[in-house]
Parts: sequence; structure tokens; C-alpha cells
Amino acid sequence: MNTTNNNQSQAQTSPLLGRTGEPLLTIKNLHANVNGKEILKGLDLTVRQGEIHAIMGPNGAGKSTLASVLTGNPAFEVTHGSVTFYGKDLLELSPEQRANEGIFLSFQYPVEIPGVSMVNFMRTAINEQRKYRGLDQISATDFLRLMREKKELVEMDNKLANRSVNEGFSGGEKKRNEIFQMAMLDPSLSILDETDSGLDIDALRIVANGVNKLKRPDNASIVITHYQRLLDYIIPDFVHVLYDGKIVKSGTKDLAFELEERGYDWIKQEVEETR
Amino acid sequence: MAEDILHEVTQADYKYGFTTDIETDIIPIGLNEDVVRLISAKKNEPDWLLEYRLKAYRHWTTMKMPEWAQLKIPEINYQNISYYAAPRKNAPKNLDEVDPELLNTFNKLGIPLEEQMALSGIAVDAVMDSVSVKTTFKETLAEKGIIFCSFSEAVEHHPDLVRKYMGSVVPHTDNFYAALNTAVFSDGSFVYIPKGVRCPMELSTYFRINAINTGQFERTLIIADEDSYVSYLEGCTAPMRDENQLHAAIVEIVVQKNAEVKYSTVQNWYPGDKEGKGGVYNFVTKRGLCKGDNSKLSWTQVETGSAITWKYPSCILQGDNSSAEFYSVAVTNHHQQADTGTKMIHLGKNTSSHILSKGISAGVSNNSYRGLVRVAANAENARNFSQCDSLLLGDKCGAHTFPYMEVNNDSAIVEHEATTSKINEDQIFYCNQRGISTEDAVGLIVNGYAKEVINQLPMEFAVEAQKLLQITLEGSVG
Repeated sequence: MNTTNNNQSQAQTSPLLGRTGEPLLTIKNLHANVNGKEILKGLDLTVRQGEIHAIMGPNGAGKSTLASVLTGNPAFEVTHGSVTFYGKDLLELSPEQRANEGIFLSFQYPVEIPGVSMVNFMRTAINEQRKYRGLDQISATDFLRLMREKKELVEMDNKLANRSVNEGFSGGEKKRNEIFQMAMLDPSLSILDETDSGLDIDALRIVANGVNKLKRPDNASIVITHYQRLLDYIIPDFVHVLYDGKIVKSGTKDLAFELEERGYDWIKQEVEETR
Repeated sequence: MAEDILHEVTQADYKYGFTTDIETDIIPIGLNEDVVRLISAKKNEPDWLLEYRLKAYRHWTTMKMPEWAQLKIPEINYQNISYYAAPRKNAPKNLDEVDPELLNTFNKLGIPLEEQMALSGIAVDAVMDSVSVKTTFKETLAEKGIIFCSFSEAVEHHPDLVRKYMGSVVPHTDNFYAALNTAVFSDGSFVYIPKGVRCPMELSTYFRINAINTGQFERTLIIADEDSYVSYLEGCTAPMRDENQLHAAIVEIVVQKNAEVKYSTVQNWYPGDKEGKGGVYNFVTKRGLCKGDNSKLSWTQVETGSAITWKYPSCILQGDNSSAEFYSVAVTNHHQQADTGTKMIHLGKNTSSHILSKGISAGVSNNSYRGLVRVAANAENARNFSQCDSLLLGDKCGAHTFPYMEVNNDSAIVEHEATTSKINEDQIFYCNQRGISTEDAVGLIVNGYAKEVINQLPMEFAVEAQKLLQITLEGSVG
């Protein structure tokens, strides 16, 4: 318990300790509404290259809202604060520009698009990204090779790739398909929104392995999760507790264990006390 | 050397000397028996055809425009129309004079420059290229005994065939527009596939330029003799502007024993501007007769154009074991109105029909599916399956489904399924998050929705049709 607190205070007092990568994402005092209700109430977070950040917190804390706001979901309105990505004002960019800048969201509930094959969908996405970056369209051979290579990463079979986007996929298949797309698009920042929800242990392992294999010194991930379970497989560098629209506590992986053990009530209590 | 020069000079002379006198070929507006006679005379038609035209004209004068469709049709003054293909007025001289928006669309569709010019109405020598293609093409067909020519040529060279089959599927009394077409039809296409011949190529793909000026009152007659097969393509993905607002075509198809006909249409007549001004009225009667046993007819249509579409490609399943299919995608945007569908008339035994209709509405448009499935008393074991789906883009457009069923035989199995859905914002955001713009996302989703129909089209047509769907719906979401 003591070590946890030490690490945690280090992370808070000396945010640069052990952090050598370039800042990728800087969120300052972010406020956001959905349907006129304020969900994010002054959120701060800095993510550097090579880091994995876990965001935990009770239901309704604003975890998924953060994912939606970062990716530009039009249902959410940013009322205050700033988000920079590689020094660019992210909030100025459209959802597709953000994606093409290298932000990827693994959706909590991936949608089905009937009649659109995964192959067609992925080729369109890759070519849009290449166009944005001033590159030529990918050749058919290169594309198929890439598909083959990345499918193996998430142990996805050929049939899945030839089916329509998420149509008739099981919960586990949908999540694997998200990680497959992540592998195809090679983002510099991936946001995994409750990727573990609804997964059995085998699917969880496959998904986590995929994420781990994609980790590089020049990219980063934000892992949003409810449970510590996923963090047995994806080892985070930092764990943050999101409560009532703010990050109220940050620490290392041990904080996750503590949360698993003690729940969120003590955090809520701490927050209430400091008010 | 001298010969080269001579050749060059004569060619040049030919090139510039080849002017036609169509400028003088104008019939005054209005319609009466004299106009019908004049049209017939200009085409040197035999007496029987003139008589047929007159009979149709006289019948037409007793008829009224149909009013049952879910369409608001402005009043049409039929005496204020010229009934003979008038030459184009103010044709542009080069591409600089063509509407940039139109050129933009051409480029998006990937239409070659020469065709762009031809489609814009510019007189070009480049069309000569396609004429040479046409010649080789015709030779190949002639070897197999296939007749593929303009309707006028067929009247001249194959009068017996024309006389035997014309009006046998769509009689002149069929409906108001069919009567009008029969009285004043300008030209069209004629196809005859002899017994046992499988047409080695898709008919008409090479002809999209040449078909331009026959649009207004077109007449097509296709006869597939016993054990034959043909796939016929009509229309053009390129937007077609036309000064003639009223279009009333007839397509008749006769399918003999064991024969199969596939008829594919991509229709993209000018739909009018965003405020609903202008645009073509497309009132078409298309019908096929599965005359012989085991005959098969398949209609596939992609309808994206016209201000008003009134069109029901139909099949009469007369032969035993005959089968028919109708695959349709109809897209309406802005102020467009479409009332389209099919009729499947089961007469023979063990006949089957399959209907798949996909309507897509955007803007303030209205899109209706109207379909009739009729099973006659003697049509044992008839089978029909109809699926009618509607997709709405936005909340100011309308989708309607009017299925009619008349089943007079207890052994029939007739099924109808219908769905209506709205394009989903979550789907669009999902695509956005993968780097795909909203415009492209709509294109993907709509093409996914229409895939089963698009898949029925011949390959090259299918690719163009996909692009066309996306272009038609540009700016309709988000």
C-alpha cells in the first residue's frame, strides 16, 4: 500500500519522471457537454510516445465521453479547454482528419454496416489515410499482404475479413475486428474504449496480445476500462481515476489493483473531502 | 507520296463536307394526324406502320394521363411539344462552354474525354473511333445471325419480324404513354437472337454515345428465339441533359422457349436543379413476355435521374416453368419523384418470380415502390418472393411501398417483405473515425445497401453505378 502511494505521489509531483517520449497528446482543462449536460469538468492529461495510460472510474464518470470528444463525435460539445495532438489543435479538426492524423478509437459498441465488405471498408480507410498524407493509393498486392499479416495478429479467419463490416459478428469477433483495424491503420494514438467488455478469457487474451504487439516507442495508447482484469494483459505505465468529469488520482499499475480491491468509494470520499 | 496527299485531302474534304441538313428537319409543335403522317413519311415507313401509328394516335386522343401514381405531375400541354427529334439548339462548341458542374461529374465518373464531348453535344470527329468499333462489333454479331440495329433499320430490312412482334407485348392501347409512343416514336433499338445462339457480348455497351439522340420517344424490341441468350444494357451513367422534357419510351421483350434475356438499365436523365426546376419526365413502359416454356427474363435497373420517374418493368410468365427477376435501385434526391416497381403476371405452371427493390430517398424527394403480383387461376404452383427496402437519408424525404397481390390459385406461394430504415449517424461516425469523410461514408453505406442489385449488373456498369449512387447523394447528409 505504501509503495502505491509513493509511486502515485511521484507521478503527481514529478510528472516527467521516467517519461522520455515526446508529448503526443496534451489535454488541458477540458469541459464537454452532451445534450446540454456537462460530463467532462476540467480534465487534464498528457500522453507521451511509448506510454500506455489506463483510465478507470465508476459508471458515468465520463470515460467514454473522453473517447468520444477526442475523436470528434458530433454528439458531444466541447465548451472549454484545449487538446493538442503533436502540437496541433485537435479540436479544430474533423473526425476524419483526426483519424488520418493517427488517432484510432476501438469502439465499445462497433456498428454494423450491411453490404460493405471488410476488405472494401479497410481499403477505403487506408487509401483515405494515404491521400491525407500525400501518398499514392495502396496497390492491390500490398493491400492483400497487409490484410494477411494483420489478420494473424488477432487470429482472425479469412471468412471474417470477407464478411460485411461487423454484420453478424459475435461480441468477441467485433472486438477482435477493432484491433485488426487498429493494426491495419497503425495509429500513433489508440484509444480502447471498454475493449474488454463482453469478452471471454480467450478473446481477451487475443485482443490484448494484439495490442501489445502493436506497442512501439513512438506510439501510445489510452485504455479505458472498468476492471483491472484487462490490465493483467496490457500493462499500463500510468493509471488514472476519472471521477465526476475529472482525473482525481493518478498512479501506476498498483493503483489499479487497489481499485479492484477497494472499489471507488474511497476515491469518491477523498474527492468530497477536498471540496 | 502523291497518293498520301490525295488521301489526306480527300479525307479532309470528307470531314468538313460531311454536314447534314438536319437543321431544316423541324416539325412544328403540336400533335395531330398530319404530324404522325409526317414522322412516318420522313422515315419512309411502310403503310402498315403508318396505319398502326394512326390507330395508336386515335386511341391516345380518347385517353387520359394516369393519376394513380404517388406523383405530383405538373400539367403537360401535349400540343406544345415538338414530336420529331429536334436538332440541338445552342450546342456548345467545346468543353469550355459546357457547365463546369457537369464536367466535374464526368470526371468523377471517369468518362473519357471524347465521350464527355459527345455527351455534352459537341460535334466531334472523335466519335469516328466508336464508329469503327461499332463496325467490327457488328461483323462479329452478323456471323452468328444476330440482328442488332436501330428500330428504323429493322423496319426497313426486317419488316416481317418487326410487324410480327411490335405491340405484341405492349399493345398501343396499354396506357396513355404507350399509345403516345406508338403514335410518334422516333427511333430505338432492335435485337433478334436466332435459335440456339448465345450472344457473345453485352449488347449496347459500345453504343452509349450513339444512342444519345434517340431518347425522347424511344422504342426497343428484343426477341430471343428458342434456346438463345442475350444480355442487353441500356442507358448511360453520365448525366444526360436534354431539351426534351417529356420522355415516353417503350421496351418490349419476347423470350421464347428455353431462352434467357437479361436487361440492365442505368438511368441518369437530368433530374432538375436543387430547387426542382427543370428535369426530365420519364414515363416508360417496359414489359417482357416469357412466352416459351423454361424461358427466363431478368430486369435490373439503377434509377438515379429524372425529375419524375414512372416506370414498372414487368414480366408476363406465360410459358410453363418460366421465371423472372426484378432488381431495382431507385434513388431520389432534392425534389425528385419516383414511382417505380414491377408487375409479375403468372400465367403458366410452375412459374417463379423474384422482386428485390431498394429505394433510397434524400432531400425533399419522394420514392415509391409499386408492385403487382398476379397469379392466374390456371397458374399452378406459382412462386413469388418480394423484398422491398427503403432507406431514408434525412427527415424531409418520403418512402412509400404499394404492394398489390392478386392470387387466384391456391397452390401459389407469394411472400412479401418490406423494411424501412434511416441512415445511421453511428455508422457515419464509425466511418469518419476510420478516416473516411461523411460523403464517402454515405457512398459506402448506400452501396452496401444496394449491393445485391448492383451485383446483378455487368462488371463495368456496376463500377460506374456505384460511383453514380454516391454522386447523386452528394451533400444529402451532414
